[in-house]
Amino acid sequence: MDQTLTPSAVPAKKSIWERLSETNWIGLVPFFAFIFFFLLLPSTNLLFKSFQDLNGNFTLSNYAVMQNPYVIKAYRVSLQVSVITSLVGGVFGFFVAYAITLGNTPKWMRNFLMTFSGLAANFGGVPLAFSYIATLGRTGFVTAILKSICYPDATGAQVCPFNPYDNGFNLYSMTGLVLAYTYFQFPLMVLTITPALEGLKKEWREASANLGANSWQYWRDVALPILTPSILGATLLLFGSAFGAYATAYALTGGSIYLITILIAQQIRGDVLNNPYEGYALAVGMIVIMGITILAYNILQRRTSRWLKS
Amino acid sequence: MNKPRFDLWSVFWAILALLYFFIPLYGTLDFSLRMKKGEISLLAYSIVLSDPKFLSSFQYSIIMGIISVTLSVLIFVPTVYWLYLKMPKARPIVEIITILPFVIPVIVYVYGINTTFGRPPFRMTFNAFTTDILMVGGYIILSMPYMYRAIDVGMRTIDVRTLTEAAQSMGASWTQILFNVIFPNLRIAILSGSLISFATVIGELILGDFLLRPALGPYMAEVGRDKAFEPAALAIISYALTWISLGLIQYFSRGNSMQRQLTGR
Repeated sequence: MDQTLTPSAVPAKKSIWERLSETNWIGLVPFFAFIFFFLLLPSTNLLFKSFQDLNGNFTLSNYAVMQNPYVIKAYRVSLQVSVITSLVGGVFGFFVAYAITLGNTPKWMRNFLMTFSGLAANFGGVPLAFSYIATLGRTGFVTAILKSICYPDATGAQVCPFNPYDNGFNLYSMTGLVLAYTYFQFPLMVLTITPALEGLKKEWREASANLGANSWQYWRDVALPILTPSILGATLLLFGSAFGAYATAYALTGGSIYLITILIAQQIRGDVLNNPYEGYALAVGMIVIMGITILAYNILQRRTSRWLKS
Repeated sequence: MNKPRFDLWSVFWAILALLYFFIPLYGTLDFSLRMKKGEISLLAYSIVLSDPKFLSSFQYSIIMGIISVTLSVLIFVPTVYWLYLKMPKARPIVEIITILPFVIPVIVYVYGINTTFGRPPFRMTFNAFTTDILMVGGYIILSMPYMYRAIDVGMRTIDVRTLTEAAQSMGASWTQILFNVIFPNLRIAILSGSLISFATVIGELILGDFLLRPALGPYMAEVGRDKAFEPAALAIISYALTWISLGLIQYFSRGNSMQRQLTGR
């Protein structure tokens, strides 16, 4: 803190601050009032209602919804999509971050990728789905190119073996969703992991080289163990980002991929569970998973920032 | 040691990333220009831009964006200022609160809004004006992590106490301190926070969709359901808008370390 006052000035000053300290909280009233009304009220309302039955009495029975096969399926699909995209995005993003921090890449490429990661990580939703449809949909740009690669086979007939839709690819499926999510997942990884990679000290590399370690040994025994909390934290962040996502999946697949967010949307629209209170339990379940994820991310991030500062 | 100018491994990943960024963008652009068979035309754009529903939803979202961002700045700048000046100990608490929108997925949030305000005693979703209040509140909550972080980073770089004492010693009132001293000193932080919040509001689907308000997001989703070329044109238009906003942030905050996004959609 900037307490650089001279000792003689302290008592006089202090009385002013002391007087103000009685009214300290006043400046935060608008903020807390806003948070109470627009954030706390709606979310705690869901929480309380998830423990109520139709007559308003306390019950735990709403949470039996977690045994509903549709709910289990939705949670499973959501977890699957989130795990796959956080791993794919995480690995891809890590290598890209490596390339633009420690690797020897042209300077314009580094600057460009860093800036673009900042843009693309904020990306998603309906326009992203449209882009993938225009690119990899049945009549999309890349599909058209791949389709047009044709040559005559032994019998002289034209074959076009690269049409992705003849090879089992379908954009409106899990694969398509993973491809689309990766568009914002890997830049998010680049943004979160770059500070840690930049924090790897040159001395560590030189020291391990002096001790005779090769590049692989340095990464296995020095760099990766140091980076593990950051990598885990960043991957958790990607997981959370995919788990809570709705708009991209909805616009891309129209709800045919049964994510938990899609199920909640259907519950809001038309009470598909036939019990509004079970819907609240479902929503609380999602908050719990997200809460654990973000909490773990924060703990790991704090561990990272400790060695980054030192 | 003889070091190659560029190492291939890194260049490979960098190029892969560039391709991943650009192929979908180029694909969208290309697709959006091919509505007329066999020629390049702006037909899809002219159809979109002359659709009265596009114009009205676009206008609605821009107005909501401006209202939300203005209110957001008016809430968060004084709050962060107060935290730095009077209650530094409360900062971690407020920080955690501002991250909560990441913990509560938007779909769950809108569920809560609907359940809470869509019935007695509030009954706010029953007319357009009170629903719009919920929309603005929701937009401010959704963009709060970015706005708060931007202002927090900005506030860190100025000496709040000295500025305040200097202003006070010249007889400035609290409103004068805020509007004539703090706001001008934070202009870049406020601008970045505002632009990213604005971009969030413009692209937002879920609030408008479930509160049944004519925002740009739901309009786009609707077009996407039954058209082929117009969605691509809309995507390009929306990228242009978002990127102008985000590009301006990058431009204005050069040199400062930018705040980072925590999580997305």
